[in-house]
Amino acid sequence: MASKAVYLHRDPMLKKRDDFEDILEERRNSSDLRYALRCYTPILYKGVSPCKADTLKNMVLQSDQLHYVINQVSKEMSRAVDDIQEEASAILEEMAHCLQLSTVRFFAFTLSKVFKTLFRSICVNEEGIQRLQQAIQEHPVVLLPSHRSYMDFLLMSYILYTYDLALPVIAAGMDFMGMKFVGEMLRMSGAFFIRRSFGGDKLYWAVFSEYVKTMLKNGFAPVEFFLEGTRSRTCKSLTPKLGLLNIVMDPYFKGEVFDVSLVPVSISYERILEEALYAREMLGVPKPKESTSGLFKARKVLSEDYGSIHVYFGQPVSVRSLAEGRINRCQFNLIPRHVPNRPSEDIQSFVNDSAYRLVRAQEENMVLKPWVLLASLLLQNHHQNQASGQNPGMALDELTEQAVWLRDLSRQYGAFLHWPDHMPPPDVISSSLSLHRGLVKMSEGRVQLALEQAGGQAGPGEPRSTLATPEEELLSRAVVVLSCASYRNQALHVFLRPALLAAAIHTAASNQKQEVFNSFSFLRNMFSNEFILCPGATVQDFEEACFLLVKTGALQVTQQEVLVTERGHRTLVFLTSMLDPFLQGYQVVCRFLCEEAPEVLTEKQFIPAVRKFIIKHLLAGRLRYTEVLSSDLQKNTLAALLRLGAVRKIKGAAQGTLKVNKVMVNSLEDTLGGKLPTQKAVVARL
Amino acid sequence: MASNSSGGSSDRQRIAQQRLRIIAGHLQRPVDGDSAILAAECKAQGSQPDASSEEKTVPRRRQEIMKWNGWGYSDSRFLFNKKGQAEFTGKRYRLSGMIIPGLKDWFESTFGASLQHKTPATPILNSSAVHPPTLNETFIEELKSTGIPFSHDAEDRVFRAHGHCLHEIFALREGRFGRVPDMVLWPNCHNDVVKIVELASKHNVCLIPYGGGTSVSSALECPKEETRSIVSLDTSQMNRILWIDEKNLTAHVEAGIVGQDLERLLNESGYCTGHEPDSMEFSSLGGWVATRASGMKKNIYGNIEDLIIHVKMVTPRGVIEKSCQGPRMSTGPDIHHFIMGSEGTLGVVTEVTMKIRPMPEYQKYGSVVFPNFEQGVACLREVARQRCAPASIRLMDNEQFKFGHALKPQVSSIFTSFLDGLKKFYITKFKGFDPNRLCVATLLFEGDREKVLQHEKQVYDIAAKFGGLAAGEDNGQRGYMLTFVIAYLRDLGMDYYVIGESFETSVPWDRVLDICRNVKARIVRECKEKGVQFPPLSTCRVTQTYDAGACVYFYFAFNYRGLSDPVHVYEQVEHAAREEILANGGSLSHHHGVGKLRKEWMRETVSNVGMGMLKSVKDYVDPNNIFGNRNLL
Repeated sequence: MASKAVYLHRDPMLKKRDDFEDILEERRNSSDLRYALRCYTPILYKGVSPCKADTLKNMVLQSDQLHYVINQVSKEMSRAVDDIQEEASAILEEMAHCLQLSTVRFFAFTLSKVFKTLFRSICVNEEGIQRLQQAIQEHPVVLLPSHRSYMDFLLMSYILYTYDLALPVIAAGMDFMGMKFVGEMLRMSGAFFIRRSFGGDKLYWAVFSEYVKTMLKNGFAPVEFFLEGTRSRTCKSLTPKLGLLNIVMDPYFKGEVFDVSLVPVSISYERILEEALYAREMLGVPKPKESTSGLFKARKVLSEDYGSIHVYFGQPVSVRSLAEGRINRCQFNLIPRHVPNRPSEDIQSFVNDSAYRLVRAQEENMVLKPWVLLASLLLQNHHQNQASGQNPGMALDELTEQAVWLRDLSRQYGAFLHWPDHMPPPDVISSSLSLHRGLVKMSEGRVQLALEQAGGQAGPGEPRSTLATPEEELLSRAVVVLSCASYRNQALHVFLRPALLAAAIHTAASNQKQEVFNSFSFLRNMFSNEFILCPGATVQDFEEACFLLVKTGALQVTQQEVLVTERGHRTLVFLTSMLDPFLQGYQVVCRFLCEEAPEVLTEKQFIPAVRKFIIKHLLAGRLRYTEVLSSDLQKNTLAALLRLGAVRKIKGAAQGTLKVNKVMVNSLEDTLGGKLPTQKAVVARL
Repeated sequence: MASNSSGGSSDRQRIAQQRLRIIAGHLQRPVDGDSAILAAECKAQGSQPDASSEEKTVPRRRQEIMKWNGWGYSDSRFLFNKKGQAEFTGKRYRLSGMIIPGLKDWFESTFGASLQHKTPATPILNSSAVHPPTLNETFIEELKSTGIPFSHDAEDRVFRAHGHCLHEIFALREGRFGRVPDMVLWPNCHNDVVKIVELASKHNVCLIPYGGGTSVSSALECPKEETRSIVSLDTSQMNRILWIDEKNLTAHVEAGIVGQDLERLLNESGYCTGHEPDSMEFSSLGGWVATRASGMKKNIYGNIEDLIIHVKMVTPRGVIEKSCQGPRMSTGPDIHHFIMGSEGTLGVVTEVTMKIRPMPEYQKYGSVVFPNFEQGVACLREVARQRCAPASIRLMDNEQFKFGHALKPQVSSIFTSFLDGLKKFYITKFKGFDPNRLCVATLLFEGDREKVLQHEKQVYDIAAKFGGLAAGEDNGQRGYMLTFVIAYLRDLGMDYYVIGESFETSVPWDRVLDICRNVKARIVRECKEKGVQFPPLSTCRVTQTYDAGACVYFYFAFNYRGLSDPVHVYEQVEHAAREEILANGGSLSHHHGVGKLRKEWMRETVSNVGMGMLKSVKDYVDPNNIFGNRNLL
């Protein structure tokens, strides 16, 4: 009962979300040129006047923080201060943005053209925009969009320009700099570039963090970066990176600003531009290096229909309220604030928790298209038929029936589903299918994954090979499956907690609530590199899962027991099937480490070796799920095993040699497979 | 004393007169004190009756000249007259009897208040609402034999049951009284106090020393849980200057003397202490010592800890004092530092030897306008770095600048036209000065004429580097005058649904801007969250500069219409503001003290060990908690 009360107020069905407005509509009806050249006068934080890029650089170079580090580095390395000063200045030069309105206008014009050909609509929640406008005036703002495509940050700036809001400065990876012309264009539209790794480089870190803080503190522009650090190739949210979040929270901790507003932004694409590219990348076909010519080759993309984009600007989150009662800011009283300091433990864990909360907020406001549900159903169907040797595919009316069922279920779980309720379901389905012609095909009234001609369709621009080895065929099928899975993954966060519970019930030895909970907690722990599971929220997640399943009548939870109801069967089968590829995938990786891993395995060798192992198993028919080939899943498994201590990195050894604790890995595998009861085997050790 | 000084020194007299005039500028001489008080001359002291001491400010029955439920003298108050203009009554202050035309508009627009909505105070103290005293008969029996005057009259008791915190005054205005002292004693000298403390220890009576009654830390509130008879020990009759030592430039003074009397009496001899806290009209020397007070002109004269040479304090263990008057000693931890800031928890300060200085030859006010607060703070920081701060330098933020403007009396046209001209000058010639951002520093220079002028130039040159423009003497003088009347203004606000208070902190230089911004913003936000209907006045000023930091004062007031428990809301906001101060590297208090209001933060302020040290001192000095006001610890 108590748990019910807790979740009652956040009953997902009651979640109020804003309406959308299509910003392309106006573009289709009026001049793009006039739009690009119109008067642009955004309101800034507390009415500060905009700051020139050079002034900003000077402020950074003259800051106490940087001076301190420069002197420190100069002493440590016995180099002249001037020398290091110059180096700092060069770093800044390489990093800094130089936002120019003319470039922005150029983008406004070209992007209007591009967007109109690519997309049917770009829908934005205007209330979110209004909230953002308010936030920008009150406090420094950090924009935190989800990252699924290169498009994301151009799109963000485009939207802000459209609504006459202050243009953000965007933290971008250095790889863009490779694209000479484009890199500079992006720089002029507000991007600043950071190296992918600069672990021990004190000076770099100091310049970088001071640069971001200076922009933020003075409220010159909203700072934008991607919590996930990189584009998610799988369309699942990635576990957040903390560096930049730490930097933007720091001015609040140190009292340099009253508050900082963090605005999670959820960008959902009906069809992702990089769809097949990502699948290939994960299968080991290396991604094309970002180059200008590559971009032009991608022009072919322009001729296709990518549906619509939904951009949801979430509720601004105040760092001050997040930190209330958690962070004692007095800890900064005794050291000058410009002296760099490793963040204390409570701050680290606070930043980590906040990062997860923000990614969850992104997930929750992610708009799901009907296709996402269809992809889930078709994938499950594909695997079932494959196993039972039935006719491939599903009859259209069966698919429709299941989709409607799943629509209702997902809505009950609080999904932000954009299902056109005014259309009859079969129309909704056929229009969704037609947009994804590359992934599904219809034959004899049955819908199935387009696996046969995959080689030709999925990779535009690739010459179709006539003679393919079984391995090549497998990989080309895998491209389609992985692409499909990436759509299913968009809905994962909706079903994740109930699915973990369903899997726990499945693997637990009995219906005892405690045992189910142990099992749940084990799975949750195991998968916390794979999915967004807030640290330390096991009990909450368990209660939420129970609440959802009880609410939908699939489960009865008493003081002692967890019982599946008659009508709950279907739901539970669906949920367990959803998680099954991951369960199997983790087991396979474990098996690989136990059975076939060479004595000396470096991190670099890991992916190719495990891939080889999996291909072997797939071809032999010992494994159902082609998507296990995803390097993302393999990396996550390794990360989990490292976290749990089942695999260790040997210090000092070259290129990160891995040492496998085979007993432990083996017992983890057995526990995942339900062969070992959770508590005895691993949970105790976790 | 004046007659002792070399007769030919007419120069000195001239200076003295000038000095008097200046002091009278903001503090007019009070009406003659109650001469009856002097009847009980302390025999033990045997000091010669001093002609001037007949004009002491504070009578035993304070309520005869002071408000029982508000600030200051009964005859001085702000009110809105029938025409809706604000005026200040009485004859004591420069502003007395004047019309202040701008105040109404400022008041209404700042607080959303209206003259239609009044919240008048209960006019008369209803004695029957005061709890009858709990008397310790044997104590009184023995006390009578000492001849020390005492009273258990309800008015006397109520008057000593409070300081000037908002909640205290608010309750009085509503005619609510909590626990009040059961009797009031007026010792006349050190020996009287020794007798009282002995008797109190013997009969287990709780003593609460009472000096000027200007506390803003709930220090005078009687602890609710106290079951013993509570005796308020009013030091006001111990108000003589016992001797002046011109060779060493020290004066030995009884601790009950209030600031204005001390200054006036010393001035008659051509000296001053230079210690001028904003409350100096009413606050007492003993109170300054017990709370670690700070004066406006500390840059020249120092804070109380710099001024004190010798202190005598009566404790339940006996009298604590040093054996000599050496200017500095290395004799272990300075015992004066147990006494200073003890807030009446250890004993009663009875006599103090403090430094005096010849009265300054020349005094000059000044003011500087800065384009914004940031520049102003940068200028003050530079002044502190160069260690060339004038006697006083204070920086008001924009809101306070506007407030000051609203308090401009209707006087000479030169004054008005000067200001108006000034305004125009800034806005036209120096377009950078945004009237909604500019701020003002007020200055006070003291010393010999030549040096003052030189000093003035130095400061103005620094100010110019930070975009500051000299804005005239009158502006500065008015700024200082306002510090004495601002407390009266709170009473006016309380007549019209507006409550407020000030609080202070000290903070390192690099934090000054941040703390000002954050605390002000926190106040605004908390008010909004607590349901305050109108945006509050949330303003600050930097009032003191030090080598390593500054003292910052916050004023905060709001219109409480629509709130069911405004005092509670007020307290929540003030609490939040203090938390914000601490989170931003500010201290718990610069000079107001801890009292009971800020006790909860003492441990984190001084650490566990620090707390233990203080406790063990208390346990040794006062094991039976005779001084049971429960402040500080």
